[in-house]
Amino acid sequence: MTTTTERVSTRTPAVPARSRRKPNWNLVLRIVLLMIAAVLTLGPVMWTLSTSLRSPAESFKLPPSFFPWNPDFTSYAQVFRQLDIVLLVLNSALVTGLIAAGQMVTAAMAGYAFANLKFRGRGALFSVVLATMMVPVQVTIVPVFMLIRGMGLSDTLLALILPAIPTAFGTFLMRQYFMGLPTDLAEAASIDGASPWRTFRSVYAPLAVPGMAIVGILAFNFHWNEFFRPLIMTISEQNFTLPLGLVSLQGNLGTGSISVVLAGVVLSMIPALVVFIFGQRALQDGLTAGSGK
Amino acid sequence: MSTTTPRRNRPKQAAKAPKPATTATAHTASGRHSQRWLAWIFLAPTILGMGLFTLVPIAASVVLAFFRWDIISAPTFVGFDNFAEVVQDPTVRVSFLNTIAFVVVAVALQLGLALALAVMVQEKMPAWLRTFFRSAFFFPLILSAASVSIFMRYLFNEQFGVVNWFLSLAGIPAVPWLTTPGGSAAVVILVYVWQNFGFSFLLFIGGLASIPVETYEAASLDGATGWRKHIYVTLPLLSPTTLLASVMAIISALQVFDQPYVLTRGGPGDSTRTAVMVIFESAFQRLEFGEASAIGVILTLIIMAITAAQFRLSKRFVFYQ
Repeated sequence: MTTTTERVSTRTPAVPARSRRKPNWNLVLRIVLLMIAAVLTLGPVMWTLSTSLRSPAESFKLPPSFFPWNPDFTSYAQVFRQLDIVLLVLNSALVTGLIAAGQMVTAAMAGYAFANLKFRGRGALFSVVLATMMVPVQVTIVPVFMLIRGMGLSDTLLALILPAIPTAFGTFLMRQYFMGLPTDLAEAASIDGASPWRTFRSVYAPLAVPGMAIVGILAFNFHWNEFFRPLIMTISEQNFTLPLGLVSLQGNLGTGSISVVLAGVVLSMIPALVVFIFGQRALQDGLTAGSGK
Repeated sequence: MSTTTPRRNRPKQAAKAPKPATTATAHTASGRHSQRWLAWIFLAPTILGMGLFTLVPIAASVVLAFFRWDIISAPTFVGFDNFAEVVQDPTVRVSFLNTIAFVVVAVALQLGLALALAVMVQEKMPAWLRTFFRSAFFFPLILSAASVSIFMRYLFNEQFGVVNWFLSLAGIPAVPWLTTPGGSAAVVILVYVWQNFGFSFLLFIGGLASIPVETYEAASLDGATGWRKHIYVTLPLLSPTTLLASVMAIISALQVFDQPYVLTRGGPGDSTRTAVMVIFESAFQRLEFGEASAIGVILTLIIMAITAAQFRLSKRFVFYQ
């Protein structure tokens, strides 16, 4: 970009130097458009936050407020009374944490095998793994439900955890990640006489940690927010996860006290927000690394 | 990372270097064996897990599609009856048409918006602003579709909703968003796109970042400016990303469930009922597992056909560097 302006200026010396310093209209227009998009993106969330901090009686008041000027915490107190939110959080945390951990380990191993180890049928097997990404969860849910019932796990948290651990996308990401690492590392290690296991253990596994973190963050984010599987797999309220609990809260309350429901929504966002603040860079890098061949 | 760690490993390698070189050559012969072993050990959890929880269920789904089963009594073989019923069932038919219309509109909006925003963000601007926009557009992705639908339902409320309040400022009378077929379809699409465009946006950002700066420099030397530059340089070089982004967007849009379930429960009437909602309802509310499987099989075939077609097309249009 900078080179362009310089080149133009040398070609047309008639233009006085100061006129090039005029506001960059392209930049201004872009920022205005992007700002509109950002306001539309963040506005609903700001409204949710600010409405949750109104008293239940005032929660439907218009004009809407997007900033909690006079925060009122009665809705938060009420959501704890109307919903066993501690249990919901614990359930969600347990399910999400174990899925994320399981995915990180299994995806790193499988991704490494597909990227760096030679074995017959590697390409075909990887295609099968990729193909499973095309199959919607909703299509396999009936047999998985039966299977879980057969295993005696129906209406348990394990019913949510176990089927979610094998991950095609995580495996794909880790394969990409390992393929992005220089291969001369493996060559150097094998010239040094390291076995494939040693090569993985001491050369690649330590390097894989950022990639695994990405898989873990993706898994956390996805399963923390998951609604469909918990809706089917859990029956008793003691096994509900957060999204399920909140939807049933909205159903129970009708429209009377939206600030209470929104208080629950805001509480459920906190862990995701923590991940967003600390893991956003890793998450974005992971998504782009998965695509930018 | 990749530059510092080899340096850390170097002393180790140097320490091992005096080892006789013959072991290294001997190693490559047996190395293939041990590589294969390690590969299968590493793959075992993923492959077995996928077999148990994805591949076997797919097969079971296909088999179940030919049976009538309510989980209580024994399943009876009914041939293609389930498919015949499903095809004739007006609710199922409407749901599939809804899903297809939803995919077309939502994916077009999502990709168009994401691409336009990504191009605008990626051009020269202060770094902190770029970071802000990237975070803002990414933000809805971390929320749960269920939570989003909960608060969006309030925002689109006809009488008290914020959306209608803003429209009233512009003199537009209250729109019956959630009580009319058109309105609720629009809300489901808007809420879905609102939450998901950030994912395509990120993919496009990644794709744009991988286009070498020299390409643009060469293009501007040739006199390409502004939008021309994007049409002749950005779009062709971005086409692999566009393909990936559209495949992922279509696959996930075909499976839409959370938003219509929480926002409208498929209504009013069947106007926002989607294919997956019908699977859910026939299996877990009406206990017609065979019929649910038949619908699932049809949905999977559609997804596979679309994906295959997309990759076939890509061979013609996608420009790989």
